[in-house]
Amino acid sequence: MTAPFSWIQPHPHGIHVLPADAWIDPSRAVDRALVTHGHADHARGGHGTTYATPETLAIMELRYRTGAEDDAGTIPHKAVPVQYGESIRLAGDVTATYVPAGHVLGSAQILLEHAGERIVVTGDYKRRPDPTCPPFEVTPCDIFITEATFGLPVFSHPPIAGEIGKLTERLAAHPEACVAVGAYALGKAQRVIAELRAAGHRDPIYLHGAMEKMCRLYEDHGVDLGELRLVSDYSKDDMRGHIVVCPPSALNDRWSRRLPDPITAMASGWMRVRQRARQRNVELPLVISDHADWGELTDTIREVNPQETWITHGREEALLRWCQLHQRPARALAMVGYEDEDD
Amino acid sequence: MEQFAALIDALVYTRSRNEKLRLIGEYLRATPDPDRGWALAALSDGLDFPAVKSSTIRTILKERVDPVLWTLSRDFVGDTAETASLLWPQPEDAPSPPSVSETVGLLQGMTRKSVLTELPELLDRLDVSGRYALLKLATGAMRIGISARLAKVAFADAFDVPVEEVEEYWHGLAPPYPELFSWGAEGAAPPDMAGIPLFKPFMLAHPLEDLVVSLDDYVAEWKWDGIRVQLVHAGGETRLFSRGGDDISHTFPEMLPALDFPAILDGELLVQGATQGGEAGGAASFNALQQRLGRKTVSKKMLAESPAFVRVYDVLSLDGENLREKPWSERRAVLEQLMARLPAHRFDLSAIVEARDFEHLAQIREGARNDAIEGLMLKRRDSPYVPGRRTGLWYKWKRDPLLIDCVLMYAQRGSGKRSSFYSDYTFGCWDGDPDQGADLLPVGKAYSGFTDAELKKIDRHVRQNTVNRFGPVRETDRSLVFEVAFDSVHTSKRHKSGLAMRFPRIHRIRWDKPPHEADRIAALQALVRD
Repeated sequence: MTAPFSWIQPHPHGIHVLPADAWIDPSRAVDRALVTHGHADHARGGHGTTYATPETLAIMELRYRTGAEDDAGTIPHKAVPVQYGESIRLAGDVTATYVPAGHVLGSAQILLEHAGERIVVTGDYKRRPDPTCPPFEVTPCDIFITEATFGLPVFSHPPIAGEIGKLTERLAAHPEACVAVGAYALGKAQRVIAELRAAGHRDPIYLHGAMEKMCRLYEDHGVDLGELRLVSDYSKDDMRGHIVVCPPSALNDRWSRRLPDPITAMASGWMRVRQRARQRNVELPLVISDHADWGELTDTIREVNPQETWITHGREEALLRWCQLHQRPARALAMVGYEDEDD
Repeated sequence: MEQFAALIDALVYTRSRNEKLRLIGEYLRATPDPDRGWALAALSDGLDFPAVKSSTIRTILKERVDPVLWTLSRDFVGDTAETASLLWPQPEDAPSPPSVSETVGLLQGMTRKSVLTELPELLDRLDVSGRYALLKLATGAMRIGISARLAKVAFADAFDVPVEEVEEYWHGLAPPYPELFSWGAEGAAPPDMAGIPLFKPFMLAHPLEDLVVSLDDYVAEWKWDGIRVQLVHAGGETRLFSRGGDDISHTFPEMLPALDFPAILDGELLVQGATQGGEAGGAASFNALQQRLGRKTVSKKMLAESPAFVRVYDVLSLDGENLREKPWSERRAVLEQLMARLPAHRFDLSAIVEARDFEHLAQIREGARNDAIEGLMLKRRDSPYVPGRRTGLWYKWKRDPLLIDCVLMYAQRGSGKRSSFYSDYTFGCWDGDPDQGADLLPVGKAYSGFTDAELKKIDRHVRQNTVNRFGPVRETDRSLVFEVAFDSVHTSKRHKSGLAMRFPRIHRIRWDKPPHEADRIAALQALVRD
């Protein structure tokens, strides 16, 4: 009999499932890839076969066909859709089950089972409700492989309603201006829009061109985003008193000159730290994150209660320290290439 | 405290100066006394609570949060007060925030011992923004991009009074400035300042850059390398002020009896010696003066070995007469007359540098390095003495900086606006031939001279070329060359290389230059003028 858990091996460029010769979220092209979600740092193109949820596959196809966000690869040669809750059998007697992660549309944790051992890879996840995707499900396992993007105790994301309130209040106070919200083009932008709608904001919302296709994709998957308009189709005066959603990089770009006296907002978990917001010249920081905060990360480890916790990326030193303080065996995997500066 | 915390938050995220003035003005008009006075003092860094230090906050937090998690958090956030405000456990009771004046009263009453229980009680009464504002207020350094000057301008704008008058009264009043508010906000008579030795804000100079001026309009003086001081005698008392208006009388007690009639003098404080300008220059190097700075008490030995004197540049008032509106040439005439009334071993007159024309003056300036003088000052002959930097009146024309190629050795994470960026660089020169196995020795540290875009690029270089990590410091693989500019270099026992640079800053980033072609220690030693 082989040593426990020797069938799974972390490498800097992905997690290798040996019996199936498959990789989870590999950062370079491989024969068989299990992809947790559609963000470019997890979903590279160019693999032989890609196993992912239908939503994630749709996102990958959109991105690599248009080449808008990433030039890392091309459309997967072969795509195998896996529904939430569905288990697929891979070579070497490995079963993979896709479980909602609550991060963005289509995001999944991947439960791997082999020789009676269970390993969960979370990909990126959060525990807060999100109108654009089903919530994270706690899945018992032996090894829990977690992210730690916001793995510092200073990170505590406030309830989203309050942040959306700040946005609409600022807008109401400056009817002659617009509020330009920098938001990650996949996930964050659609969540902010959906939350605005849920809060009763019926006015048209203006979009940067780079966001249009992803918003349409969300709508095609049943997420109602209300009336959306492209900035390029309207004049400055049309946009006064309205919300504009754009990629964070556009906020300080020449592009923003076409907006009427924009108030610069940014929706990101990093906005919790004042100096981070100042560095990006943000006037209205909105602490909205699609990642678990410190409390969610540590609560989730407690609930899942694994034998071992492995940490893929982020502020791994602090989460490792917490595990040590709570007598939980843990290790940091030192994965490269996963970092979400814009979340 | 909620309104004050909201003001601080708004100021943190506001870029426009006019908007900052509007926000402060609105607060000052809407807030009752004495809260607004305390807030104004806090914004202008005018509060000091000796019991509360940054280390106090660390101590208190480390009792509640694991020390390793505290340190990791502090490194990431880059600001002790903010880290503490974020990490503080949210109390179960609803916040019951104190007023600003209640807060100040409580902070003033704290001792080094009681602070450990009383500050936590105060933190428990506030939400996260309130905690941030409290800790910023308590440690006395807001660092939110508001200068003392901006706070005064905001006061002047808020109540429509001249900012020059605010400046006049400011230094004679103490927080929470009741006289200032009753004058500004309620139209009472201005505060009476007669008979108090008050600091008057300095007149400052712009760099000359590439400008050429006519010596018919401007006069040249040497720019001595000491500290700019103001010596004030009024009501039978003499006080010595530093450039920022700090009272440094106790550091140079020998200067106080030397002025015994009502006057305000502007000059350079120097230590007697023969480095700057040789024997005739009469002044020791800045290094010698530095030994005397920052001391609360001065030993007899120090007074005997490094006696101070003031080289007088200007006179602002004499025997009760305000001279500041008079042109420089008239003030200079008064000053030359006045020198006879001052003891010669404590005062001398800043000499006029005679030159045929600007070109000739440029030649004279070239020689300044050998004389170990910082450069020249150019003053308009008809300039009144006005506070701050007024375009076209005074210029400083420093000699060109020295340049040397150094290799980046260590980088430290910055704080404030640069938190999480590696922005403080320690660099070294070779202690011999690098191809023969010579090593690098650190020669200095710099954190300025580069743009934000360059900072990002260097930060990336540091992260990708790290060989060792020591907390917030990374050691790099010594592959990047900086051209470092500095004003002068001196021998120093505090550094392993035996050298200390004055005002080092990054002049150029030499992405193209191989590190073994950087300069050697010997090249730097050759530039020493002690």
